Parts: sequence; structure tokens; C-alpha cells
Amino acid sequence: MSLDILKEKGVPLEQQQFTWRDLVREPISKLDNDAFTRVRVILMNGILEESNRFLHAFARVNGDLRLEAARVRRATHHQQTQVNWLLPADQSPLETTIGYEQVAVEVTASIAQAEPDPYLAQIYRFGLLEDFDHIYRYSALMDRLEGKDANNILQSYTDIVPGRPTAVEHRAPEDELRRPYDRATADPLTKLNALTIVSGEQQTRNYYMNIGPFFSDPIARQLYAEIASIEEQHVTQYESMLDPNQTWLENWLLHELNEVYNYWSCLEFEDDARIREIWERHCNYELGQLHFVMDLFKRIENRDPAELLPKTLPEPIQYRSQREYVRDVLDKEVHYRARGTEMGEVEESEATLAYRKQMNSDGSPTEIVAEGYVWAPGGELLRKAG
Amino acid sequence: MKESTKTTEGGRTNRTGLALSDHADEMLEVPELTRPTPSNGGIRQEHALYAKQSHAIGTVPPPNTAKGLAKAAMQAITGGKAVALVDKMSERLAFERTGVRLYEALLEKMEVAGKTFSGGPTRNEVQQIRDEELNHAHLMVEALEHLGADPTVMTPSADLVGVEGLGLVQVVNDPRTTVGQCLHALLVAELADNDGWMMMRTMAEELGQKELAKRFSRAEQEEERHLELVRTWLLAHARDQASMT
Repeated sequence: MSLDILKEKGVPLEQQQFTWRDLVREPISKLDNDAFTRVRVILMNGILEESNRFLHAFARVNGDLRLEAARVRRATHHQQTQVNWLLPADQSPLETTIGYEQVAVEVTASIAQAEPDPYLAQIYRFGLLEDFDHIYRYSALMDRLEGKDANNILQSYTDIVPGRPTAVEHRAPEDELRRPYDRATADPLTKLNALTIVSGEQQTRNYYMNIGPFFSDPIARQLYAEIASIEEQHVTQYESMLDPNQTWLENWLLHELNEVYNYWSCLEFEDDARIREIWERHCNYELGQLHFVMDLFKRIENRDPAELLPKTLPEPIQYRSQREYVRDVLDKEVHYRARGTEMGEVEESEATLAYRKQMNSDGSPTEIVAEGYVWAPGGELLRKAG
Repeated sequence: MKESTKTTEGGRTNRTGLALSDHADEMLEVPELTRPTPSNGGIRQEHALYAKQSHAIGTVPPPNTAKGLAKAAMQAITGGKAVALVDKMSERLAFERTGVRLYEALLEKMEVAGKTFSGGPTRNEVQQIRDEELNHAHLMVEALEHLGADPTVMTPSADLVGVEGLGLVQVVNDPRTTVGQCLHALLVAELADNDGWMMMRTMAEELGQKELAKRFSRAEQEEERHLELVRTWLLAHARDQASMT
């Protein structure tokens, strides 16, 4: 199904309404829903969180458009509530964490393959192997702390094996920045991919910073501290892909476009009719918000939004297991490192080596928690002898 | 109204296991693909390090210094015994308050469910337990005041039963859970409560608090009856489920 974003005007902003009960629907089933439904719920929360944060920053420096930003932000806030409240109460913070990392692996893998710019695709593959490692570390924690099998959450779509070891993911800030795309020449999909991934990583960083202190076990608290630091690096990395010369309104327009694109991608793959209805409703809300911002763009910047918007939306994000691709990237690029803006078989900088040595000087929690860990069906306690 | 634990519901099936997954074969390759680092007992060492450096989760306020109002009964209890007694009494008070809320949640759930299952609880039976739990909370407030201790304090043991009870509260308040599923949460609560009151009565006896021990003993007997009832209902529920399938 294609979507003509210029023709489809969606639901006007003033008609985007909710009630408190409407915001709090029955959650998805941790046991019965497909893992990719959870993946979509988590990612869309991140997409909307990014929208909220961007529009708050926007309002701080665009005094004349504060009311317009507040109106869109109010609708977006309630969309985010409705989406994030779909997570069920029987899904613990650690189980939700496994879901967050599955988002990072499966969505980044899909985007890495679709990305037309080879340099940016390399960045995605680089980050992918780091988040992939986090699944292994958190799975070991879940098994060893609670006696639970992370595959109950992953549903066999995603491997639980080491990636680029988290202990060597720590880098100095100067080795975390990448070269941005060029706003004038970049493919629209490139801009959408970058916004999607930075949104996902940002909410992951925020989530870990919020829930880390909920754990009593000091190793769990350390693990969240260490991985949250990598997520902070990832936000730094992915955000540096965005062209800093994009105007505020250009950025806003791209955010709205990305929200339409992401909801539309969810719709293309959703197998739960109840959740599909939410994606469809929100997709129409986002179209309304996109057209609202298109009007602002015309009025304030005297530019035609069609300059920035694609005629048709690109292929949707592929919500299916990317195992084969991930294994291939792992095999070929796990030893890659970053120096400056480059990644590959490069020698790491003194700054990074010194920083890492300092941070790991009392040991690395991600190493400690996973010592000798090999996943087995039902968890390591159930591994059959021999 | 849902009461059974179904194998499918509205086309839904459980997707958490390997057996029904289209990707199970690839998942089973994972152990072969894993090259772990050697085990060095790192988790144990780290736990020990933190345990040695950690302070207590909190303290119990000394009853005989708060406004200098310690009662004669408390003055008779010397040293750390008073602190231990107040801590455990506060724990029981906290647990009873949560217990009242757990049974209130069960009553609401039963009301929505209508008739639940053969041999299951009646509204009157659950209401009576709820009322007795509340009485036990009031009994403990009076007992703490009798000793000159502050019943509004959250002591460390009271805090920790709150942490333990979080899972029970989550289970009974989830609109998706059934009466049968909630009864299991209440079994956990009643088992702890039974031992809790037995400990209260024993401590009071050993500290020479005869009147308190007598009152605690009555509560203990009521808790024993609660436990028996919950066990009976759970067994009836299991039989009901087995007969349905």
C-alpha cells in the first residue's frame, strides 16, 4: 500500500482528541503477541519522545511559533501515552530492556540494508554490533538474577551471542562524531533513517537512566550504568549524522514526515487488529500534523515543502527477523573500531584508549555478568549435561 | 467472563516457547556460536564487595527517646529487644494494610466475574477475611501505642514486606487476571502472614508481654483459618480447571 502524503491530509490537528480512558487501553500480551508488535510499540514511543523533545527545544528558540509547537506537542504527548501504555504490567523493566535491545538490533539491521549512503550504512552496521552485544549481556543478567530466559521475549527472532564486546565500546567523544549527510543532496530516506535511529537510541538511553536505580543488585545497577553510557555515545553518534544546517522548520517538517513514515511502516506489518487500529489512527493524526507544519513552512520560510518531501514514501521498515544479515555483519565487522569520523580496521586514538582504561579500571560489569555465559533453551540452568 | 487458562483465545496463542517458533532451528544454533569469556567468579566478588561496604537499609526509631514518652510496658523490654519487637510489629501492621487492599481487589474482581467456580470463595467469606485483616491492623496500631512506639513509622522490615508485596499487588490489580490467579497471590500473602503472627505471639511471650501475646494469639488463629480457606479455594479452582479441559 502506498501513501500519497501530499494528497492525504489526515485528521486536522484540532480534531485530534483523546480521553483518559482512551489513552489507557488494554495492553499487548507479553505471552501471546508477536515480539515485533512489542518492537513497534517500543520504537513508536521513542519516535514520539523525540518529537516531544525536539519541539521543546524548538519552542525555546522560536518565540513566534511557541503556540504552534505547543499545539502539536500536546497531541503528540497523548499519542505517546496511548502507545507506551500498551506495554503490559507483567513485563518487568528487565524484560522491557530486552525488548528495547531487540528494537535496536532488528530495526537498525533493516535500516542499514535500506540506507542508500554507504558511509551512513557503515555507521548503522557499526552501532548494530554494539547493541547486539547488549542483548547477550542483559540476557545473562536476566538468567542469573531472576532465572528467566530472555528468549521468551525475543521469541527466537534474535540471537543471544556476544557482539562487539561492550567493554571495548567505550570511546572518547572525539571518536564518536560522524560526518553529517548533506541536506541538499541526501535521499529523503537517509534523513528518515537517521531520525528513526537517533529516536530509538535516545529513548533507550533515557529508559536505562530511569530504571537502572530500580534494581537492588549492584551488578544490575552497574550493568545499566555501563550500557546507558554506550547509549549516550550512540545518541551522540547518530545525532551527528543530521545536517546541522537544516533550518528549525525543515527539521520540524522532517520529524512529522518521519512520524508518518514510521506509523505507516507499523501498519504494513501489524498482525494484531486492535493495535493496527491505533497505528492507523495515529498515522492519520501525523498526516494532519505534517500538513499543519507544511503550511507553516510555506508561510514562514516561503518555500515549497515538496522540495523536501518525497513523492511517495520509501519502502517501510522491515519488521522481520534480520538474523542472517546480523550474523554476516558480525562475522565481517565485529573487530571494527572507530577513530575520528571513520570506522573500520583502524587504530584507536590515545584519547579513546585512555578513557576506556579509566572507565574499566575497576572491571567491566558487562564482562563480569556474562562470564562463561552460553544461552540454552530455558536458560543456562536447564542446559542438558553433555 | 474469563476464568480458565485457555490454550487459545480469539486466535491468540502463546509465542514464548521454541516449539511453535518458525525460527527455533536457528535459535538452537546459538550455543555453538557463543565463545564466552572464562568464568572467574566476578559476580560473587562484586556482590561481596558491595555487601561489605553497604549500610543498613534504614533504622528503627528508638521508642524510648521519642519525646521521652516510652510507656512502662516498653521500659520493661531492654536493649535491642525493643527495637526488634517494634520493627516486626511495624512489619505486621504494614502487611495487614496491604492485605486489606489485596482482598478488596479480589472482591471487586469477584463482583465482575459473577459466579466463579465450584467450591470457590463467596463474597461473604472474602469480606470477612478483609474485615479481620483490618482488625489486625488496628490491633497492631493499639499494641504499638501501648508500648509508646509510633505506628506511623515505616521501619526496615515494614519497608521490605512492601517490596515483597509489590508483585502480589500487581497480580490482583491487573484487570486481565482471574479470581483463580489472584488466589495464588493471596496464598503467598497468607503463608507469610501466618508465620508473621506466630512470630509476633512468640516474641510477645518471650518478652513477658502476656496481654499482647494473648491478643496476637487470637489474630494468629484467624490467620490460620484464612490460610485454610485460600488453600481450599485454590484446590477447588485447580479441580475446576482440570474438569474443563
